[in-house]
Amino acid sequence: MIGLIRSLGAQATALIAGLGRVANFGGSIVIALLKPPTRFGFFIRALYDAGVLSVALICLSGFTVGMVLGLQLYTTLTRFGAEEGLGAVVGLSLVRELGPVVAGLLVTGRAGSAITAEIGSMKSTEQLDGLRMMAIDPVHFVAMPRALALTIAMPLLNGLFIVFAIAGAYGIGVSVQGLDGGVYLSGLESAVRFGDDVGQSLLKSLVFGLLLGLIATYKGHSCSPDAQGVARATTSTVVTASVVILLSDYVITALWDV
Amino acid sequence: MQNNAMRDLIVGIFVLVGLGTLAYLSLQVGGLEFGGSDRIVLKATFDDIGGLSVRAPVRIAGVKIGQVSAIDLDDELRATVYLEVESGLDLSIDSTAAIRTSGLLGDQFISVELGAEDEVLADGEEFAFTESALSIDKLVGRLVHDAGVSD
Repeated sequence: MIGLIRSLGAQATALIAGLGRVANFGGSIVIALLKPPTRFGFFIRALYDAGVLSVALICLSGFTVGMVLGLQLYTTLTRFGAEEGLGAVVGLSLVRELGPVVAGLLVTGRAGSAITAEIGSMKSTEQLDGLRMMAIDPVHFVAMPRALALTIAMPLLNGLFIVFAIAGAYGIGVSVQGLDGGVYLSGLESAVRFGDDVGQSLLKSLVFGLLLGLIATYKGHSCSPDAQGVARATTSTVVTASVVILLSDYVITALWDV
Repeated sequence: MQNNAMRDLIVGIFVLVGLGTLAYLSLQVGGLEFGGSDRIVLKATFDDIGGLSVRAPVRIAGVKIGQVSAIDLDDELRATVYLEVESGLDLSIDSTAAIRTSGLLGDQFISVELGAEDEVLADGEEFAFTESALSIDKLVGRLVHDAGVSD
């Protein structure tokens, strides 16, 4: 009994200590961001790896999600004779929820895991220690440009995802099912508002990018320096970041109108 | 590092395309507008606005000329609706603002029916004539009541 309580206490302490280390790491990234040099070249390369290389995945997934939405919602709305509402439903669900969340999860799997694996294998081959020996801060040199690149890339990929999904739903709803194109687009444009909907979408994707950047670089920096440790850290990044994205999505949605 | 200039170009294109999609979502889909100096605000007071909501369209002859920017209760507990419409339309001062419904179950909007006077409404002025929303409940109620009386 005492042992059970003790292990509970140990787990709680470990959890809090872990959160503290993440916060500490986040703080050192912010400090690194403010300190010269800016590492602009590394940032561009990280933006290429995280952003540009995700474009094909994001566009294809966005288009497919839009096609499925168009098909599912059109058949459902037809049962109520409300197929004119397709544009509004597609637009609101994509802009407010599906865009940021699905793009966030895709980027987590595509770019977040790669960043953790890269930093983790740098650590296991003692490259981070090598940097430290040359008096170069590895957070400044390795983690900061990647975390910043994920934060910047996420809203851009979110926008791409939504636009391709709107096009996908247009393709199915208008070209295949025969809804009028003007009805679809005007429904979309009159339902979606800049402040409440597009603003929320941007805030969400920015927060998701920030959290993913923090988690991916932290997991890489804190992994145990061997093959198994890198593998565990990579898995842990995908799992943690996915759960954190879904949770923070709920929190932002719930707090938006408060 | 392979071919820096090429990669920079691709990253630049990525950022531009991404910003372009966000601009499309904000301006076209989201309806964000800059400036707004070419718009005037008119007031209209109604006994009953039904289901009219902020951002409902304002139309003349079915063409959208603006939107409802705010709805308030005035001192006499009637609904004051603020309409943000394009300036330079020369709406005469005896125009009517009427709440109409598009389709049977559609959204409500404000239809402006032009008057005959030469003087035009200026920024901040109020419509002299208004028509409240037709509520289907009230119509059915009146119909049932009238049918009962005639029996």
